[in-house]
Amino acid sequence: MTVTFWILAPIMTIAALGILFVRKAVHAALLLAVVMISLAILYASLDAPFLFAVQIIVYTGAILMLFLFVLMLVGVDASDSVVETIRGQRLMAMIGGLLLGLVLVAGLGQISLGTAVGLDKANEGGNIQALANLMFSRYVFAFETTSALLITAAVGAMVLAHRERLTPKSTQPMQAAQRVKDYAESGKHLGPLPPPGVYARHNAVDTPALLPDGTAAKSSVSRVLIARGTIRSAPAMAEPIDEVQRSIDGVRDEEATP
Amino acid sequence: MNDVTPYIILSSILFTIGCVGVLTRRNAIVVFMCIELMLNASNLALVAFAHQHGNLDGQIAAFFVMVVAAAEVVVGLAIIMTIFRTRRSASVDDASLLKY
Repeated sequence: MTVTFWILAPIMTIAALGILFVRKAVHAALLLAVVMISLAILYASLDAPFLFAVQIIVYTGAILMLFLFVLMLVGVDASDSVVETIRGQRLMAMIGGLLLGLVLVAGLGQISLGTAVGLDKANEGGNIQALANLMFSRYVFAFETTSALLITAAVGAMVLAHRERLTPKSTQPMQAAQRVKDYAESGKHLGPLPPPGVYARHNAVDTPALLPDGTAAKSSVSRVLIARGTIRSAPAMAEPIDEVQRSIDGVRDEEATP
Repeated sequence: MNDVTPYIILSSILFTIGCVGVLTRRNAIVVFMCIELMLNASNLALVAFAHQHGNLDGQIAAFFVMVVAAAEVVVGLAIIMTIFRTRRSASVDDASLLKY
């Protein structure tokens, strides 16, 4: 019990602190998974094998998967902004949190609980059997109420996630008519979007095409790549051109001399 | 050391970290994760006290907390999805229509 605790406690604390400081939400979710699995192992060391299984199945299995699914749907714009709406709020929160932690740790350090009784006697006929005896006798009302809560949550989630179609579905002729209308009104190009740039040294979707005046064509790369900031600069591709030209000229001269 | 004080202290540290996370992070999903962290910390305290006192009521309470947390996550994430759909943003600062 003690060895498990002293190995896992630093890991959990560091992972939890990481949730505060990592920039990407996906990394926070993975650190939360570390905390939750470590918690499951702590439950096992505290004679709670049923909660160990439930923690892994419900928390790391279901809840974290749900988090990751929502992160996937919310997508690339989910990065945290560093701008504070209330000035000094972050600092105040840090100080307040530090004070709370100090008070809790100092206060809990004072108490002496005495020797732990341990669950050997309570778990005598098996942990799950003992839990079931309690749950279906003393806590049976709470247990039944839980079912109402779960049904309400499921229906609520379905209602919230459902989207009514307010406008009729657009058909291909309607889209074509809309495109021509856009062209007539704002001069938006009728045809397909331009492809990304093709250069001698680089040919991939992350490089924008160059317009005749030398600027990059924004519509030639995917919006997602721009939001992630992973596009390459097209003018930078043209920088080593002089050098290449010179080496080609050198080869040509050598061929010409003999 | 034979009592469960270290577990309770670890649980309070995790709870504090969750609190600070809720106050400082701006991304609604990460705020939600920090709430989960706080719930987990209280669960650890419940299980530790069950071990201390030698009866299983604490474990039952932790089990019910897990059930309620699951229901809460489902509804909360659905709300975040709906807000994201209408505002194209998952930041808690952008949903300020009721402010004035």
